[in-house]
Amino acid sequence: MTALPEQQSTPAPPGVLRVSWRMWRTKIGVAIVSLLVLIAFFGRFIAPFGENEALGIPNDPDLEGSLFGLGKLGYDVWTRFLYGGRPILVQAFLSTVLALVLGTIIGLVAAYNRRRLDDALMRTMDVMLALPQIILVLVVIAMFGAQTWLVVLAVGISTVPRIARVVRGTAVSVVERDFVASAEALGEPKMRILGAELLPNVTAPLLVEANLRLTFAIAVIGGIAFLGFTSDPGAANWGLMINEHRGVLAGGQPWGTMLPVIAIALLTIGTGLIGDGLSRAAAGIDRGTVDA
Amino acid sequence: MGNIGVWKFIGRRLLLGLATLLVVSIVVFAATQLLPSDPARAILGRDATEQSVNALREELGLDRPAVEQYWDWLTRLVSGDPGESFNARLPIMDYIGDRVLNSLFLLVLASVISIPLSLLIGAYSARKRDTAFDHVSSNVMLALASLPEFVIGMFLVVLFSTIVWQVLPAVTVIASGEGPWNHLDQMILPTAVLVLGAVPYIARTARASIIEVNESDYVEMARLKGAPEEVVLWRHAVPNALGPVFQVIALNVAYFAGGVIVVEFLFNYPGIGGALAASVRVRDIPVIQFLVMVLAALYVTVNLAADLATVLVTPRLRTRLK
Repeated sequence: MTALPEQQSTPAPPGVLRVSWRMWRTKIGVAIVSLLVLIAFFGRFIAPFGENEALGIPNDPDLEGSLFGLGKLGYDVWTRFLYGGRPILVQAFLSTVLALVLGTIIGLVAAYNRRRLDDALMRTMDVMLALPQIILVLVVIAMFGAQTWLVVLAVGISTVPRIARVVRGTAVSVVERDFVASAEALGEPKMRILGAELLPNVTAPLLVEANLRLTFAIAVIGGIAFLGFTSDPGAANWGLMINEHRGVLAGGQPWGTMLPVIAIALLTIGTGLIGDGLSRAAAGIDRGTVDA
Repeated sequence: MGNIGVWKFIGRRLLLGLATLLVVSIVVFAATQLLPSDPARAILGRDATEQSVNALREELGLDRPAVEQYWDWLTRLVSGDPGESFNARLPIMDYIGDRVLNSLFLLVLASVISIPLSLLIGAYSARKRDTAFDHVSSNVMLALASLPEFVIGMFLVVLFSTIVWQVLPAVTVIASGEGPWNHLDQMILPTAVLVLGAVPYIARTARASIIEVNESDYVEMARLKGAPEEVVLWRHAVPNALGPVFQVIALNVAYFAGGVIVVEFLFNYPGIGGALAASVRVRDIPVIQFLVMVLAALYVTVNLAADLATVLVTPRLRTRLK
């Protein structure tokens, strides 16, 4: 027991990152995700053909010069694969960032103000949680069509309550602590108390949650594309690509399905590993079994 | 149970559930009112005359004030008449009734398999904590929990119905009026996807919850006073470990409500999830409204049931309500 156990148990953000980085699972996760991000963003520069270049008979498995054969409309499968990752990654990332910002603000405000505002905010969050995410996104698509920014907005906003809950849950106990009271006594503005006193103390669970939500956002956005809802049906997209080619799985041309399936599987397992590393680190620091 | 606190709690939860559904209904209805395209125009196509569009608007009741339309829709929905499909021009119940039943069958099947299976895995991992079994199972669970349903589904299709072995059907072929219970071989893959999606969460929570309870003071106390291990487990440990597990089970059954959409689409299963995706594609608003309400009702009911079960079974919470 040290003199100030209270302060030591506070997980500082660099602590969580550093501790989780010591774990193999985090390193493997980061390696996998980095590889897929590279493919998704820079793959197009090494693509042998054009994104919408028809080379021959659709689904021809062994055309000369084509690595994985042809797919729908006679496009080169490998080329479509190299182009198809970016939309999913960008949309999932943007919607998670949006949810992270809004969810953190709502969670902190609710925790700090308590009582009525807290009740009102968290009940609203509860109602938003009454619909599974994918259904909310489908309703929005039914209204306005599958426009990219709308899907990002819908996924982001439906993720907000999940993040707000975690932030509020952690921040509620932080609000009770002495340094918040002293900041109030010093007359610090509310914004500063939320940003400088509360926020740094919720970053560990926030990081864990953000990672989990990113994994789910990839699943929802990939799933929506898999259902056939994308803003540009002609553009390459891993989710859409699986749906377009699964009919010829047994017909000797499995790659149009297999490449994107494997890519999304690796990507989500990668983010899952990073998240697991983060949560193990956060839990370890909390229990005092790991030094921050 | 003559405990007023418990009844008050149940009453409050019921009210909250109903209020949630009411808000969802308003949101869903308002969303469809915001629709930029005119449904009557959408049904008749661009070439229809102004008169026929107006006539259809009147027939569908689209010319009335929004509040009146909402009230009409809600009262009919509650009395079991969700109205008519825009596209099929048929009463929704006629062609979706079967599908509700089919989806329920799929969900019940998936729940009946996944809940005991994951509790077993969770309890066994907790018991074998930090052994090879625990490590392997926790890593497999982590990977499964990360994978989207359509990816799990495609892997299963590749494994069992196309490339590796051709032992199970990749799509369901169930004629209308014929129950899926007559085609159990076609149920295997869709059910398996939902089970594989749900098991990791329940198993992980069960494991953590059992470990926590096992290390708690009251279990220690029971052991110290010499209670037999059987009594410690069933009287002291299990009831306290069930609470969080119920919550996660509820979350997962609720997750099924979203998961069925992709799974039914993937296997061409004739349920409401696939129907929702299809009606979104053709913007069949009344069908969308109805299906969203059905799924929301499922979600709210399951969460409510879990809350009640948690309170009734957890000794700590039950006494706090007195």
